[in-house]
Amino acid sequence: MTAILEVADLTVSFETESGTVSAVDHVSLDLAPGEIVGVVGESGCGKSVTAMSLAGLLPHSARVTGSVRLRGTELIGAPEASLRRVRGKELAYVFQEPMTSLNPVLTVGRQIGEVLQVHERLSRRQARARAVELLSLVGIPSAARRVDNYPHQLSGGMRQRVMIAMAVACDPTVLVADEPTTALDVTVQAGILEVLRDLRDRLGTSILVITHDLGVIADIADRVVVMYAGRVVERAPVTSLFARPRHQYTHGLLNASPVPGRHAGTERLQEIPGLVPVLTTQPDACTFAERCPAADETCRGSAPPLAPIGEPDHLVACWHPVEVP
Amino acid sequence: MTNALEISDLVMHFGPVRAVDGVSLTIPRGGVTALVGESGSGKSTVGRCVVRLLKPTSGTVRIGGVDVTGLNRRQLRPHRSAVSIVFQDPAGSLDPRMLVGDVVAEPLRLSASRVSRVGRERRVAESLGQVGLRAEVARRYPHELSGGQRQRVSIARALISRPSLLIADEPTSALDVSVQASVLNLLADLQRDIGFACLFITHNLSAVEYLADEIAVMYLGQLMEKGPRSQIFSEPAHPYTQALLAAAPVADPVRQRARTPVLLGDDLPSALDPPSGCRFRTRCPLAFDTCATEVPPHVKIGNGEAACHLVQADGTRPDVRTGAQE
Repeated sequence: MTAILEVADLTVSFETESGTVSAVDHVSLDLAPGEIVGVVGESGCGKSVTAMSLAGLLPHSARVTGSVRLRGTELIGAPEASLRRVRGKELAYVFQEPMTSLNPVLTVGRQIGEVLQVHERLSRRQARARAVELLSLVGIPSAARRVDNYPHQLSGGMRQRVMIAMAVACDPTVLVADEPTTALDVTVQAGILEVLRDLRDRLGTSILVITHDLGVIADIADRVVVMYAGRVVERAPVTSLFARPRHQYTHGLLNASPVPGRHAGTERLQEIPGLVPVLTTQPDACTFAERCPAADETCRGSAPPLAPIGEPDHLVACWHPVEVP
Repeated sequence: MTNALEISDLVMHFGPVRAVDGVSLTIPRGGVTALVGESGSGKSTVGRCVVRLLKPTSGTVRIGGVDVTGLNRRQLRPHRSAVSIVFQDPAGSLDPRMLVGDVVAEPLRLSASRVSRVGRERRVAESLGQVGLRAEVARRYPHELSGGQRQRVSIARALISRPSLLIADEPTSALDVSVQASVLNLLADLQRDIGFACLFITHNLSAVEYLADEIAVMYLGQLMEKGPRSQIFSEPAHPYTQALLAAAPVADPVRQRARTPVLLGDDLPSALDPPSGCRFRTRCPLAFDTCATEVPPHVKIGNGEAACHLVQADGTRPDVRTGAQE
């Protein structure tokens, strides 16, 4: 199966008053048609910057190099006019906080319709009718009435459904969902994840889910990309990643997450000592070495490449991968 | 022996908003109770009533046997050191213009018992040591520290007055997973070593599994269920508790995908106009006529209690996933 989205050696740095900050370092990943890939990492790992750079959404202070190909078309360095045709139509986004992403003074129907009027040249009436269809597609009850609601009249979960409806209005090839459920309660989160899965199943949309939550990944992703300090440290199908994490960081992260049942009887959660580094330049070393129990001179002296590790499609960037029992 | 905390029939209304509507909860000395609920459940308001940042509309709050509900600021002072609070966001709860040492020392400076400057400095160093920070951190400003370190400072400040009760309001929710684990471990260690009682307020059930003795589940201003930790996890009686447990995704794709999802719908009722009868009925898959007309009483089940018409004292409890009763 050929990839629909191919990211290769994506590197992003920001010029700030206190110097250069390296946010993303040679990230490569791909997304097949109808696939859900999860990008997971803690704050500052570069996952959101990676997501934003796909459609050129970063501010001008960002220096972006590398390649992002959507159906073979290069997006990095593409002129603004052609990016604008891609955004919303081919590549659509759902962000974390629906309240700040929605316009409070327009009805949700108008906001969903806007995308259709711009990209599909629909009339206002056609756009409104399509908005109703989209709202029911994302599971909003009595959509014909809700279409005339303003964002404040909807609950947080409904607003996120509206955001998703807006994102899929033009039937995009790729949907990027950046922390789509982080601002929501767990009982609401389950419904939103169900909507995303349903879109993939019904429309064949490829979805890139960016999250810090391993539970969300376990629920929805087919494949997982683990990021740490701007780099991809591990990439694997979801079941092998959780069953046999090979990077010391992935292993640590899984053990640090409270899982119902797993810690019953044991007294402590496993900690990862130390802090995520803020990098001005990407060193020729493993960026996790300072916090890693297995680190030695090799790790501090050269950056491990992302390489296959015996299982199909399982790659890890670690000089001393976790042994498989 | 008196209990560390006794809340009875606590009500807190903000104008028309019925944030807390009749909550009763007891924590014995040295006990840890987790108060779990989603946004808008009123869990933080309960915490704020206990430390008397809010004056409850009605009901009583007793700390170590002393009724603090009606006390004014001056009367409260001698009792302030008995209870401390740690807030969710350490960046917001630490004064950016104060040195960490002064932040941590402030409760002593304000306390009724006079502590000398030298004594204060010693206590600050001791308190910072307890939370795993070096004494020289006292001469830094909060912005120089990481999120996890700042939360440790909040805990040091909370514990310096040697309280008998600690309110921890979402103490790890603003932190990354790897840092969360170390703060949870620290709280568990301190609680075990010092023996203070703790009301741990959180939206995340899995964060409290190895910390709490008792769990109380709140929804829209009222308690739905409370009981020993193991009972809540293995035999949750209330449909809401069951839904909450079922909804939190497990970081294990095989288990997660084998689970039966419980979808509640996302239209949360407002605390301005809570549903009649059972507050959870508008989202409960098992709701029937009585739920709309009668407020369910708290029924004893096992070593806990649940407020649901389908729960009976003989141990009968509903199952929200199948709709069956066992």
